[in-house]
Amino acid sequence: MKISLGPLLYYWPRETVLAFYRDAASWPVDTVYLGETVCSRRRELKLVDWLAIGEELAAAGKEVVLSTSELIESDADLRAMHAVAENGTFRVEANDMAAVRALAGKAPFVAGPFLNVYNAGTLSLLAGLGAVRWVAPVELSREGIADIVTEAPEGMETEVFAYGRLPLAVSARCFTARYNNLTKDHCEFRCIEHPDGLALDTQDGQHFLVLNGVQTQSASVHSLVPELAQARQAGVGVLRISPQSQHTGEVVSLFREAVSGAIGPEEATARLAPLMPAAACDGYWHGKPGIVSEWERAHARAPATEGRP
Amino acid sequence: MNAAVPLPQPAARPMKLVCPAGTPPALRIAVDNGADDVYLGFKDETNARNFAGLNFDDKSLREGIDYAHRKGAQVLVALNTYPQPGTWRKWQAAVDRAAALGVDAIIVADAGLLAYAAKTHPRLRLHLSVQGSATSHEAINFYHEHFGIRRAVLPRVLSVEQAEKVVSRTPVEIEVFGFGSLSIMVEGRCALSSYATGESPNTHGGCSPAKAVRWQQVPNALESRLGGILIDRFGEKDNPGYPTLCRGRFVVNGDTYYPFEEPTSLNTLELLPRLQAMGVAAIKIEGRQRSPVYVETVTRVWREALDDCARSPERFRVRPAWQEALAGISEGRQCTLGAYHRPWK
Repeated sequence: MKISLGPLLYYWPRETVLAFYRDAASWPVDTVYLGETVCSRRRELKLVDWLAIGEELAAAGKEVVLSTSELIESDADLRAMHAVAENGTFRVEANDMAAVRALAGKAPFVAGPFLNVYNAGTLSLLAGLGAVRWVAPVELSREGIADIVTEAPEGMETEVFAYGRLPLAVSARCFTARYNNLTKDHCEFRCIEHPDGLALDTQDGQHFLVLNGVQTQSASVHSLVPELAQARQAGVGVLRISPQSQHTGEVVSLFREAVSGAIGPEEATARLAPLMPAAACDGYWHGKPGIVSEWERAHARAPATEGRP
Repeated sequence: MNAAVPLPQPAARPMKLVCPAGTPPALRIAVDNGADDVYLGFKDETNARNFAGLNFDDKSLREGIDYAHRKGAQVLVALNTYPQPGTWRKWQAAVDRAAALGVDAIIVADAGLLAYAAKTHPRLRLHLSVQGSATSHEAINFYHEHFGIRRAVLPRVLSVEQAEKVVSRTPVEIEVFGFGSLSIMVEGRCALSSYATGESPNTHGGCSPAKAVRWQQVPNALESRLGGILIDRFGEKDNPGYPTLCRGRFVVNGDTYYPFEEPTSLNTLELLPRLQAMGVAAIKIEGRQRSPVYVETVTRVWREALDDCARSPERFRVRPAWQEALAGISEGRQCTLGAYHRPWK
């Protein structure tokens, strides 16, 4: 199985982003997805900067893919999408149907996680338009992915969100601006203060979600590191690791070791824990609520806490 | 003639009123009160209001179609969830059933299912569901070019200016939400519900499902939980609302507040002349899960309003009696223009 670095979902200062990808050139990843997919107001890097980063990563032997925005609202958003889709150098991950339309019949593309590919019918339609890889929606279970893979067109590559806080929802509204009592158009780019998102807890203290501007993510970190054998069996070809502000390179290396079989699920899980910004979850993979951790439930030494799902 | 006087514009077409029918009585009430279209679903997860006690079997749908057609109304069947792996045949069969029963259109979100419907039933009218998340004319035109969709429902995230641009750049009829529960996230792009409960609109046809809800009285408060997760805590003065996840009160850096939005309803009555002038084809009323009283009130008010607007848009005024009637059936008794007007921009 290959390992990819998903698009950076947070808003980091320009120098931090540049340093992150300079480091990534030496990490054991096969593919790097680049570009701003969350909020068009984030301008620390422009397309030309992403292209330059892409050139360096490509020179280091990485497959580079540019991702389009997950929400298109304005004419400016459409122009930005076209600029990415028609960049002429790198493969593109399409995250809405306008982007699919821009790419269809012109260039092979990656069908991104926001295209809602929940069945083989939709996947074969996209394959006919040029999709060569698809990224499963985060909600899909191992079983569901395996079912789709069985009927997938010849040569179609399957990628899953294997590590990171789950991008669960997108809105036209900005919840980070709302928290700061600011309007979206005068948001002061406060996202930049929250390199792993702004934590949201329940009133009884459960870490539940994080706010990432217009995007809402899980607070828990989805991790398939103990499930790699099952992922391979299900037909997964690419494991996506979502960038976080600390330890991403170590997470990538750990996944690489686990994929190669050098370490088993127990060791991988134990070594991953201190690298994570929050507790692990894996419910979606098992067809359960996304927030639960089946791994923890199965391996808990103490009896399970009462009153939790 | 003074050259400065603009030529009279051709009158914009009256907009259609599209009303929810969760049950056969609601269908008849909507039709009787002036709905142009009613929309409904089958009794299973092929539609996004898959709730106990709602929706239609073949017999009640056949009767409903007869009733609507006799009174000049059209019936749209929502098949607007995403066929899940291994259950494709069920959605395919639902399309075939709808076509065989003679419905006027089906409302579909999944591209694969649209492809199936367009190929198998070329004369069946196709509408793109709001769950299809098509937020630009280019996305809508994609569905038009590939499947010949005739109408698209816009996600509740665009401003009036953005919606106007979409309308002017596509041959597809545009339907917008006029009234009802307000979706804060982009439809078809929200997995919050499955994160907490295992079921979401995309996968199971429902958000924050009733079976995952628990109410619990604790000292000085009533707590609502969804999948075990505390969504809100109500004091005696609060009006406890259904624990839809994005309407909960949570804590960010010590502040307890509604991080997404206060519970409110969308109400766009005052925008009607503008929506009509820009060429919107239809206004959708949310609420297949609501009571016949809701359907009666909302259909009657919106019929009057659309008729007023069609007759003389320049003299259109929102009547206080309408607002009062709608306030009585709104969630939280507060209304907003939603994304059409963006105070949060």
